[in-house]
Amino acid sequence: MAILFYICAAVAVLAALNVILQRTPVYSALSLIVVLCSLAGVYLLLGAEFMAVIQVIIYAGAIMVLFVFVIMLLNAGHETTTHRSRMARWLGAPLIAAILVELLTVIWGQFPATAKLLPAPLDASPAAIGHLLFRNYVLPFEVTSIVILVAILGAVVLAKKEF
Amino acid sequence: MPIVPLSHYLALSIIIFVLGAAGFIIRRNIITVFMCIELMLNAVNLAFMAFSRFLGNLDGQLFVFFVIVVAAAEAAVGLAIIIALYRNHESLNIEDYDSMKM
Amino acid sequence: MSRVPKTRAEKGNRKTVRGTFMNLEILLLLMVLPPLLGAALNGIFGRRFSQGVVSLIACGGAGLSMVFALLAAWVYSASRSQPVPFTYPYFTWIQVGELQADYAFYYDRLTLIMTLTVTVVAFLIHLYSRGYMEHEGGYYRFFCYLNLFLFMMLTLVTAANYPLMFVGWEGVGLCSYLLIGFYFRKKSAADAGKKAFIVTRIGDAGFTVGVALLFWTFHSLDFHTVYRRIAALPQGEFAGVLTAIGLLIFLGAVGKSAQLPLYVWLPDAMEGPTPVSALIHAATMVTAGVYLVARSSIIYAHAPAALAVVGVIGCLTAFYAATIALTQNDLKRMLAYSTISQLGYMFLGCGVGVFAAGIFHLMTHAFFKSLLFLAAGSVMHAMNGELDMRKMGGLRHKLKITHATFLIATLAISGVPFFSGFFSKDEILGGAYEGPLGQAWLYWAGTFTAGMTAFYMFRALAMTFWGKSRVEPAAEHHLHESSSKMTVPLIVLAFFSIVAGYVSWPRAWHGSEAFDRYLAPVFAPAQDALRNAHPYHLEDLSPGALMGFALLAAAIGIGIALWWYLKSTEIPEQLAERFADLYTILIHKYYIDEFYNWLIVRPICVVSDKFLWRVVDVGAIDNTLVNGTGEACSTVGGLLRRIQSGNIPSYAAWVLLGAVLWLLYIFVIH
Repeated sequence: MAILFYICAAVAVLAALNVILQRTPVYSALSLIVVLCSLAGVYLLLGAEFMAVIQVIIYAGAIMVLFVFVIMLLNAGHETTTHRSRMARWLGAPLIAAILVELLTVIWGQFPATAKLLPAPLDASPAAIGHLLFRNYVLPFEVTSIVILVAILGAVVLAKKEF
Repeated sequence: MPIVPLSHYLALSIIIFVLGAAGFIIRRNIITVFMCIELMLNAVNLAFMAFSRFLGNLDGQLFVFFVIVVAAAEAAVGLAIIIALYRNHESLNIEDYDSMKM
Repeated sequence: MSRVPKTRAEKGNRKTVRGTFMNLEILLLLMVLPPLLGAALNGIFGRRFSQGVVSLIACGGAGLSMVFALLAAWVYSASRSQPVPFTYPYFTWIQVGELQADYAFYYDRLTLIMTLTVTVVAFLIHLYSRGYMEHEGGYYRFFCYLNLFLFMMLTLVTAANYPLMFVGWEGVGLCSYLLIGFYFRKKSAADAGKKAFIVTRIGDAGFTVGVALLFWTFHSLDFHTVYRRIAALPQGEFAGVLTAIGLLIFLGAVGKSAQLPLYVWLPDAMEGPTPVSALIHAATMVTAGVYLVARSSIIYAHAPAALAVVGVIGCLTAFYAATIALTQNDLKRMLAYSTISQLGYMFLGCGVGVFAAGIFHLMTHAFFKSLLFLAAGSVMHAMNGELDMRKMGGLRHKLKITHATFLIATLAISGVPFFSGFFSKDEILGGAYEGPLGQAWLYWAGTFTAGMTAFYMFRALAMTFWGKSRVEPAAEHHLHESSSKMTVPLIVLAFFSIVAGYVSWPRAWHGSEAFDRYLAPVFAPAQDALRNAHPYHLEDLSPGALMGFALLAAAIGIGIALWWYLKSTEIPEQLAERFADLYTILIHKYYIDEFYNWLIVRPICVVSDKFLWRVVDVGAIDNTLVNGTGEACSTVGGLLRRIQSGNIPSYAAWVLLGAVLWLLYIFVIH
């Protein structure tokens, strides 16, 4: 079982690298879909089937489709690389390296390699999630519905050609 | 059977996050930059899920639920803005959007 | 209705004679406040009032002051425990740590004399000003300032502690400045006002330091407390500090009372209207210094060195100023130098230990000197503003009352017997010879000065009123006696100039020197301390001989004056030619103004211009501080502006930088 995790992890990392290194936005989008799916696999390995499915359906299935639609709509082709910002050019790489090192150090310090996951997976069935969602988190749930409504309206208004 | 320690999950999360941040700085196409933001969000989701399993608390997964929902809304609005920007500037290069400078 | 008097222990110093109205604390307040109210009314609304209303308010204020001063004097004298000073704190004014200064009055016999003199003379001068200032312009402003001055002067003499006295001190200085520069459109008047204020400021600085030193040593500034503490000291203790305090306080008196070397403002102060010269620069403000020294007598008694300095400076000033007065041709200026000289006499009296004699001369001088100035004002009116005595002469025919009063005042100041000045001057000279700190040379110098005084006063009299008329024909027809508004105060002052001396009959004529004895309780502690240190020493000359020499000097002075200015009037010019150098020095007042200008004024102007203005003000403050701050803000803003480049990747990089640093701080450093 553990080997599956490492395979999914490797795929995710490689696909992420591809996202940031590809010239064409379409290829980046497709790579991102691969990342999302491999992460869904990791969720499955964690015993969270519901979330894995949600990830695939919504994230990979709806959001990324939206991305691809927009890429197609705007006909984004190759991009030019001009670097007008000195800050990003000189400090970009060091900062990335710095943050990577910092975070890894922190994690290794806080959670040594010996810490194990719980042997038995917890009950992550839709029923359990539904219980939690509609009891403890009902208010955020309702608010998110409003958020989605506002997002729809906003998207419509912002993208209109003329009023 | 060896069980994957928590720190490995978190390491994966960190790597993906850092890759997203790097992309955010490096890339010029605004849609690609947006996708890198989504990468970072996913990395955080992974961390939440790992901790949820590690602590035996289902609340972490609910957080992920809400993050996904908000990410969806944000993606919709953000892409709409990008379309509007493209209409005005005729370019998807983020360095061309510099009218807010001093 | 009479109350049962409380015991002394119960009521302390409060004196109630009958009913609630006649309390001394209420009377004193009623004495001090009317001028303030008058000043306020005239100052705020005076522009709309007619001249009659303005003068009614002002003279009413002064008059009420006088009435209540008299009532207070009567109440104080009628109560039983008389010689004890009456103090009453109205409210706490300053209370900081150890320093407590209340708004409180201190009323003893010395205060009584001062308030009566001040209010009577002030009231008469207010009446005189009604006529004098009729056509001068700024009527209400004048009376506002005059009333304000009266309030400040009364505060000065009734104060119970040094801070409150200093309030009055500065207040009279302010009013003096305002009134000297009354004709502010005239440059010389404005300059004279500034000069007076600045020169007296030097003295005030000394005063302030002296008072601070006093507080530092004795931890109080209340008269009652401090004098008790000093009196309890054995002779010789704290002598150094007390000498310093005495000298510093005397510096204040030197400035305010125009002694050497800070007298230079007083002759220039004649730019003000004549009633101002009479009130402020003859009778009241300039005598504040003498009052200060007399009030602080116990300090000087325990610091004989300082007291000796007071006496010496007084004597030298008297002599010096008299020499200058000999040759002055401007009537008011000559009177100014005469005032300086007579003030020197008062300090001489205090300085040899006979404080009562100094105060006696203060009182008589107030009457005859203000009379002299008012009469000079009358002459000025008649002569249409002319003051050069060489252009006068024979005025006694046209200005009868003015002449008569001027003559009486001249007799008084010259020390002619049976006029007030004689009695007071005799006491001072007597004290100079045989007082506790008296020395023979002080007496001889004083006597010679008395001779000079008689000379220059009769010179003035002869040049102005007697002899042939040298008046220009154009001004001849304008000559007229002043209105009764002006002559009545002259007559009243003349009366006092004669009578005020009779309160003290000299010892040489088997008198009791009642004035001395009246003020004895005030100066008793000081006199005792001085007598213990410097016992009475029998001298060669008897009081009768002392008086005789003084009379002789006066007689010689009068005789020479009459001879040179009535009979053989060509002699002064011949002498002026023969002793041309000496004459030039005298008539240019020893070139003292030029000397001060070179020594002090010019260097200050140079430093102010080259250094303080160019370097400090423009360079340091304007450029470095003010403009520099602006430039710095501008520069920093310009630098910070670069962050807002509009370039999104750079924004991202900044955010990342922030995140890195924050992570560093949270997890690594902390």
